[in-house]
Formats: sequence, structure tokens, C-alpha cells
Amino acid sequence: MNLLLLLGIPLLTGLLVLLVSTKVQVRWVSFVGATAQLIASFLLFFAFRTEIADQNTAQFLFEVDYTLIESFNIHFHLGVDGISVAMILLTSFVVVAGILVSWNIEKMTKEFYFLLILLSLGAYGFFLSLDLFVLFFFLEMAVIPKYLLIGIWGSGKKDYSANKLALMLMGGSALILVGMLGLYFIGGHEFNIVHLSKLTISTDYQHLIFPFLFLGFGVFTALFPFHTWVPDGHSSAPTAGSMFLAGISMKLGGYGCLRVAIYLLPEGAKEYAHIIIVLSSIAILYGAFVTMMQKDLKYMNAYSSISHVGFSLLAMAMLTQTAITGALMQMISHGLMTALFFAVIGMIYDRTHTRMVDEMGGLMKTMPFITTVFFLVGFCSLGLPGLSGFVAEMTVFVGSWQVDDWFHRAATIAAIMSIVVTAVYILRAIGSTAMGPIKNPSFATLKDATWNEKLAAVILLIGIIGIGIAPSWLSNLLKPAAEIITNRIMGK
Amino acid sequence: MNEFFHLMKTELIVTIIIFLLLFIKLGKDIKNEQLLPFIQFVLLVNFIASFFYNVDGSLFGDMFYTNSLIAFEKSILSLGVYLISLLSTDWLKKTSHLPEFFILMLSALLGMCLLLSSGNLLIFYLSLELATIPIAAMSNFDLIKKRSSEAAMKMILSSAFSSGILLFGISLIYGITGTIVFAELPKLADGSSLFIMAFVFLFSSFAFKLSIVPFHLWTADVYEGSPIAVTSFLSVVSKAAIAFVLLTVLSGVFQPLQDIWYVLIVVLSVASMLIGNLFALRQENIKRFLAFSSIAQVGFILVGVSGNSNIGISSVVYFMLIYMVSNLAAFGVASVISEQTGKENISDYKGLYKNNPLLGWVLALALFSLAGIPPTAGFFGKLYLLTTGGAKGSYLFISIAALNMIISLFYYLRVVRAVFIDKNDQPIEKLTIQLPVKLALFVCSVSIVLLGIMGWIFDHIESLH
Repeated sequence: MNLLLLLGIPLLTGLLVLLVSTKVQVRWVSFVGATAQLIASFLLFFAFRTEIADQNTAQFLFEVDYTLIESFNIHFHLGVDGISVAMILLTSFVVVAGILVSWNIEKMTKEFYFLLILLSLGAYGFFLSLDLFVLFFFLEMAVIPKYLLIGIWGSGKKDYSANKLALMLMGGSALILVGMLGLYFIGGHEFNIVHLSKLTISTDYQHLIFPFLFLGFGVFTALFPFHTWVPDGHSSAPTAGSMFLAGISMKLGGYGCLRVAIYLLPEGAKEYAHIIIVLSSIAILYGAFVTMMQKDLKYMNAYSSISHVGFSLLAMAMLTQTAITGALMQMISHGLMTALFFAVIGMIYDRTHTRMVDEMGGLMKTMPFITTVFFLVGFCSLGLPGLSGFVAEMTVFVGSWQVDDWFHRAATIAAIMSIVVTAVYILRAIGSTAMGPIKNPSFATLKDATWNEKLAAVILLIGIIGIGIAPSWLSNLLKPAAEIITNRIMGK
Repeated sequence: MNEFFHLMKTELIVTIIIFLLLFIKLGKDIKNEQLLPFIQFVLLVNFIASFFYNVDGSLFGDMFYTNSLIAFEKSILSLGVYLISLLSTDWLKKTSHLPEFFILMLSALLGMCLLLSSGNLLIFYLSLELATIPIAAMSNFDLIKKRSSEAAMKMILSSAFSSGILLFGISLIYGITGTIVFAELPKLADGSSLFIMAFVFLFSSFAFKLSIVPFHLWTADVYEGSPIAVTSFLSVVSKAAIAFVLLTVLSGVFQPLQDIWYVLIVVLSVASMLIGNLFALRQENIKRFLAFSSIAQVGFILVGVSGNSNIGISSVVYFMLIYMVSNLAAFGVASVISEQTGKENISDYKGLYKNNPLLGWVLALALFSLAGIPPTAGFFGKLYLLTTGGAKGSYLFISIAALNMIISLFYYLRVVRAVFIDKNDQPIEKLTIQLPVKLALFVCSVSIVLLGIMGWIFDHIESLH
């Protein structure tokens, strides 16, 4: 399978969106393009499985390699392993759902969809790249669409949030840039991840560069204390913007932390693992407790995202194979779940014009579909068996528990404790919005989900329930890749 | 004789155009509407001609030399002049002395071409003067505006001052070494404190022309007062020429002193980036805003210069090309708005996108490119500069440069926010964009998108030397 297809479809969709004239055409072109991309992602998935079944043991499959700039040894080098395939699947799920829930955007429709597609193009390119320069290019390409999405179509204190997000993410990029150039010169003018992973880089250099790369990608994935853009950015963004931010964009950071920082600089990872564990434990607990105090549904989900992403950072820093697999599963699960969460919040807000938990009540009576989905995604968030959240968190905890010293155990226990807090805020939120009497008389006449909203919810639910019921297809995809990373950490 | 025509091809063509314009001026009055398309066409021919029949060689006892890299640099300058003639169509049609304006601009271009080819300090000084004095006269071209005369006065005083310093440096060098030929100087450079002092004088005059901090004080006022056509010429073409010469002088003539000038360049680069960025944050007038942003950009260019390698030279040349199209696109939009509405403040740009989506997109693209955001070419340009600068292994320097990219993003986003996001009860009306302006904006936008992605352009520049 040619990986250029996965970049070509979004690029073509974006150009077509610019060319067509009416809003209806823009919507359908985007939808068809995103669906085609979803199909292409599945084709990639099946092609990948076929290759693996045929005993193809190459680390990266379907590699494409063109020289971009000879003088700097920059290559347009693409390739996938299990992690990238899973991430691309996640992205295409979220993109289709995001486009469907934005069906009613009337203000500057064309620009809105174009920016969404540009953002998704950045994400696809990022997950496909095996060249640090190209990877960085796609990472930064996704920053400005976020700024404009929040700034133009956002709500609340959108100016502040958009600026904060753009500047903090650019700050992260600046750190990555320095780390990347450091790797480039140490590796003898090399941006190629495969080549760099074969090098033995001296421990001193690894200790020097690792913080740049890990913190840089950490900003993108809301590493404590660089998480402050998350609540503001998510709550001010339009629905699809929040879905893309939490579902895709934060995953770019997590993927980068693993693929670039930990994989290329294992000695650095060992040196700083303790600090990362402390920071992510703080994020898990702090995020959970702050969520408990939130009254606004979007803020609630934003803070709970910080807590959930903390799980995957914690598991990564454990540096064992099961834990890293768990971290990746948590990223996928959280991506689907949080995108659906934001979608449902958006649907509720469109109807009730409020996001405050206190002001809602009895929505089950008027909007059974939306509320049911809300229940399901809430249960997924608190880790109910049968949904993806349980599988992912379980793998994280099992993997973390394998490291048997008091420090890692204590961190694991702290993380497990947060589940109780999660249960409290989730049950309280869905209870008081869905159950009880209808508080506001105007809510009695609200309509349930339209076809596009139903379709969006169903697509994401398929992912969540699919992983929950049959997690093995996902973990089988991730395990070999995670093993390569842990082997490098162990020095094999 | 044949060699003479080949080697001095660009200079001769420019001279012929100057004389042509002089004769047109002497003859009967031709309306601006008829003359301008002709001039634009001739400048296009000049640009295209600069790509053909380029040979390496030297003339007049090494006083004048050229090679394929210099020829390419001259093409960049010709492209800049051509684009400016298109972008300022609105203003040029109204001006009462059209031929004179182009005579002055082309004289400056001639000076710059000679400057790039100069092989000794004498012709270097003469061509630098030829490249500067016409610009001062051009700054004064908005004859009825007081600010314009003020700008011209500031320009001529500061450039006279910097010429004085330059001459002093040159005479010191001659006194120490007894030669003014570039090719002989590296062997004779003894690194004595007197020679270092001469170098510092010479470098200060470069710093004046490039508006490197702390020699930048004239920049903002001159940019603001001059007509936009002149401002863009000054900030793009003139800067590019001086930057190219700085490269050859530093890596050629002063190569023995490289440990000394590396420190100098790093310090001045950091100062320019910081001061330029911090002052740009607060500017209201779009021309002043671009003036300070260009000071910061020069700081970036110095990052590439500090690399002191062939690839460093290529990345500076490449960056100048990108900086030229990006900055010209921004100036082009500013010029259309300023000519038709008289508005030059960023707050006037609020809601621009509503009635003028095309101008809004071009401006956003240009500013993103200046800020170094992918997929625009500016991203590639800045990254290459940082990569070549980083080869010296100073992480602190690269970190400061990367940090400055964040600061600069903040103020570029301010303009983008005004254009796309901010509400305005009376946004700028729908403006009519003339065909030449449209063409130039199109060329600039396409270049901004494609120059970076098409990596072979960089490899082509790299292959030139």
C-alpha cells in the first residue's frame, strides 16, 4: 500500500473544499473526503496485518523515501509500524465524527472545513513521518489551524485562549527544534529516525537533549505543569475544534514523546523517568480533583483529559513493554472517548445553550439518544468493563505494577486511586444532567439528535465498544512496536 | 571585448534601461498609464535575461568579478525590483515624476549589482554610495508630505555618517596592508588590534545599512515616512544586496578573523532579534511594524551568517529570496490599502477579511511565512538558518533564536487576528485590485507556498558555489 495515498486524500479534499462554492457542497466534499480517508486507513490496517501474517519482520512497512533537500540530508521518508497504524485509525475516526458534528456551522463554512482538514493533514503526516524534519514540519503545520479555529468560531474568552494555545504550542515546538538540531549534529547530519535509532549516542548527550524533546512534546500532550493551555483551549474551541484538540492533537505529543524522545534517547529516558512519573502522578490526581470542582461540562472534560493523558505519560515512563502498550492503548481509547465526550457536550449545548451542570436536568426525557451516548462515554471514562477505557487503564496498571520498587508502586497506587475520584465526578455530572425533573421548562421541547450527530456518535462508539470487547486486535498491533522500543531501552 | 559584454551583462542592461528612461523623459510627455506597463515589461525582460549567458570571470584587474552565485543574487535583486514595480501600480500611476523614480531605483540597482561584483575596496565604496544615495532621493518622493522629506533627511544623514565610518575603516586597512584588493587581503590580515579596529569600522557601516541593533535607530522613521514602494525597496532589495556582500566579505576577506567576528555576529544577532521583536510588539503603524519585524529578521539572517560555511551562504541567499517574496506580499497589501483608503494602522485592518478575502489571505500567508510557520517557505528558510548556525554547537544561541520565533509569532498573530477575527463596524470597503498588483500578489503567494516544499531550489543554490 502506498502511504502517499493517506496524505493525498486529505490534500485533495482540502483543495476541493477551496474550489467548490456552496456550503452544502463544502460539507459533502469534506464528508466524502474524510470517509475515503477512513476507508484508506482501514485498508492500511488490513494490509499491515497481512504483511505481519506473512512474517514480514521489517520494523517499518510500506516505506516511501524521496530526497527533499540533499544538502541537509532531509528526506521525505514515510513508513508505518503498529503504533502509527493505530494512530492513523484513531485520527480518521475522529475526523469523520468532527466533520459530521460541524454540519450546522454557518459562519465562514468553507474556511472552517478547510482548517479542519489542514489540521488533520498535519496529524496524518506527523504519524507517517520517519524523518525528524518532516515530522516537525507536520507538527507545526497543525498549530495555526487550531489558533484560527478557536479565534474565529470559538466562544467565551476565545482571544485569550487562542493566543495562549498558539504560543504555548510554539514554545513546545521551539524546544523540540533545539533537541532535533542537537540530534542532527550528534548523529552526523542525520534526521532519519531509523538511522538515528541505530546510533549509540553518548550518555552525556542523551541527558542533555532528552529534556528538550520530552518537554517539547510534553507541552503538546499536557504534561504537568505545561497543561494550562488545555482547559482554556478546549473550552473556548468550537465542538469539532475541541474534538480535534483532545482527540488528535494531544496524541501528537504523546506519540512524539515515545517515538522521538524515549525511543531515540533511552539513556535520557532512564535518567529522567522518575521526574516524569512524579509529574504525571501529580497530573492524574490534580486533574481528577480539579475536575470534581468544575461546573462547566467542557472544563470538566478538559481537566479530566489532563488526568487521563497523565495515565499514558505515567505508563510510558515505566519503560516496560506492557506499560508502553498500555500507554498507547490509553492514548487511542482516550482519543475516541474524549472526542465523543466533546461531541455530546456540543450537542447538548446547541440545544440547551448552557454547559453548566446545575442548570440542566431531566434531559433523558427529551433527548434519549444523546443522553444514552453521554452515559456510555461517561462509563468509558470511569473505566467500566466492556468499554475501551477499562482495557486501556487495566493494561496501564498491570504494566506499571510490574516494576517492583516502592516508588513505582506508590505512583501506580496513586493513579489507581484517581479512578474513585473519576467515578464521583462522572456519575455526578451525568446524574444531574440526565436524571431528575426537567429544571428549565424550555428544555421540554428539545429535539433529539439529527442524522449527522447520530452517525458521528455511532462511529466513535463503534471504536470504543470494539476496543472494549475485543482488545486483542489493538494490543496485537501495538505490542511488537512497543517491544522494539523496550528492547532499545534494555539495550538489546 | 566579447567577455566584457558577457560578464557585465546585468549592469549593462540596467544602464541601457536608465538611459532609455532619460530619453523618454526628454521627449514629449507620455502619460503614466502608457509608460508604466512599458517599464514593467522592460524590468521583466531584465529579470529573465539575468538567467542567461552567465559566465565566471573577472575584469579590470580583478576590480570586477562575477560567478554563478553572484549572477543568481543579481537575479533575486532584479526580481525584487520587478515585483515592486507591479505592486506599487496604484501609487506609481499617480506620481508626477514616473521616469525619474525608476531612474533613481535602477541606479540604486546598478550600484547593488556592482557592489556584489566588486573585487576591491575602492569599487566597493563607490558602488555602495551609488546604491544608497538614490534611495534617499526616492524617500522624498511623496513631495507634499512633510514626513517624506523628514525620512529623506534622516536617510541621507545616517548614510553619510556610515560612509564616513566605512572610509575610515578602508583607509586604516590600506595603511596596514598596503592593498585594497579583496583577494590579497586575507593573506595580509595580521589580526593586530589596529586591523581589528579597521574591521569594526567596516562592519559598523554594514550594520548601518542592514539596520542591525544598535545601528537601527533610523529604520523605523525612514520606513514610516517614505512611500511604500520605497520602503519595500529599502527593506527588501537593498537589505538583500548588503546581506549578500556581507557574506562574501566576512567569509572571504575577513576569514582569518573569524573567531572574532563570530562572537560579534552572535551578540548583534541576539540583540537585533530581541530589540526588533520587543519593539514590534507595540507598533500601530503597519510600516513601522514591518520595520521592526525586519530588524528581527536581520537578526535571524545573522544566525546563518555565523555558520561561516558554504551551506551557510546558501541558506542566507535562500532565506533572502523567501524573505523578499513574503515581505513584498505584505507590503503589497499594505500599499493597496494605503493608496485607496489612506489607512495604515493595524487597527484599521480589523475585519479586512469580510470585504477583501483575497487581501486577507495574502497578508496572512505573508505573515505566517515571516513568522516561520509551515507549510509556508519561511519555515524552511528559518530552519535552514538555524541548522547552519547550530553547526557551531552553541545550544544557547539556537535556543534564544527559537525563543524569538515565539515572540515574533505573537505580534504576527496580532495582525492576523485583526484581519480574521476582530469585529469592526466599519471594515475597509471592497477594494479594486489592479491587474499588475494581482499578478504580483499571485507570484508572491505561489512562491511562499512552493519555494519551501520544492527542496531542489535550495540544492540548486548550494550547487552554485
